[in-house]
Amino acid sequence: MAKRTAPEVNAGSMADIAFLLLIFFLVTTTIETDKGISRKLPPIQDENVEPPIIKQKNIFTVIVNRDNQLLVEDQPMKIKDLRAAAVKFLDNGAGVGEDACSYCQGAKDPSSSDNPTKAIISLVNDRKTEYRTYISVQNELVAAYNELRNQAAQRLYGKDYIQMENNYNDPNFRGNKETLKERLDKVKDMYPQKLSEAEPKG
Amino acid sequence: MSKFKKKKSGELPAISTASLPDIVFMLLFFFMVATTMRETTLMVQNNLPYADQVEKLDKKDLVMYIYAGKPSQRYQSKYGTEARIQLNDKFATVRDVQKFIYAERETKREELIPYLTTALKVDVETNMGLVSDIKQELRKAEALKINYTTKTGDVSKN
Repeated sequence: MAKRTAPEVNAGSMADIAFLLLIFFLVTTTIETDKGISRKLPPIQDENVEPPIIKQKNIFTVIVNRDNQLLVEDQPMKIKDLRAAAVKFLDNGAGVGEDACSYCQGAKDPSSSDNPTKAIISLVNDRKTEYRTYISVQNELVAAYNELRNQAAQRLYGKDYIQMENNYNDPNFRGNKETLKERLDKVKDMYPQKLSEAEPKG
Repeated sequence: MSKFKKKKSGELPAISTASLPDIVFMLLFFFMVATTMRETTLMVQNNLPYADQVEKLDKKDLVMYIYAGKPSQRYQSKYGTEARIQLNDKFATVRDVQKFIYAERETKREELIPYLTTALKVDVETNMGLVSDIKQELRKAEALKINYTTKTGDVSKN
């Protein structure tokens, strides 16, 4: 009996398979990108410039001491309560006349802020504060702003602010980017991020 | 009829290796594309904090990295355990930050300079004193766009 011969493996399509794999990996690999909290530092000011006068009730003071404890408006506070407190302060809208806030949902407490556009959050650190606490505080304060902006965007346009921002930054977004930009700016103007950081003491 | 039947096309034909180069090239390209080269070797401990209000840091070529933290285990005998700044591959002091920013700007095209961002990769245990000093230097160098690089997660994990 003749020996059975193995049929030759057709290698002609190997290149196709190789290219298929190559393209698959090219499409699916995303190179890991870093994420983080973006902030803008204030430019260095002239010593001679008079600081503007701000009403005490429009300032929300957050002090972090060297033992990573928080003092918010002269009251000790836990980090988990900070977001709600900041939202309450920013959205208070007690102003009347020129300072009146037509879109605020807050309690209109006369001892708290007049208008979100006037409200300033002031953050003071100690030099011995740990970075982890600082980032937590920053995160909660940014979250408070984002929460208010989300609410405003939801009311005006039925969409989250964060969602709109993501769409705006997405190069594949099929929509009108200009109106989107206008809307984003409008929401931003309603709740501008006014977060001032003092030089740390101690 | 011949007695010697012609053998049916040899024994075990050799598998064609003609496509081997393709495979090799494929692998080569894949690794070329997917590998990010780590420009700097970390010399400090770098356990980043958690945050959830994060933004992506795209366009890697427009980012300058500043690391800070305690020196890693193997450098501790030489540099101690006090938190330090690392720029490129060297330990640096606060005074070097400005020089570093200017040097980085030199390497970028002029029209891109306003878009440069400084990513601060700071260890969780670092004191704010050092971070504020860095920030102060960045203000002096007019590198105002910064990003605190974090891990994504709830702050309660901090």
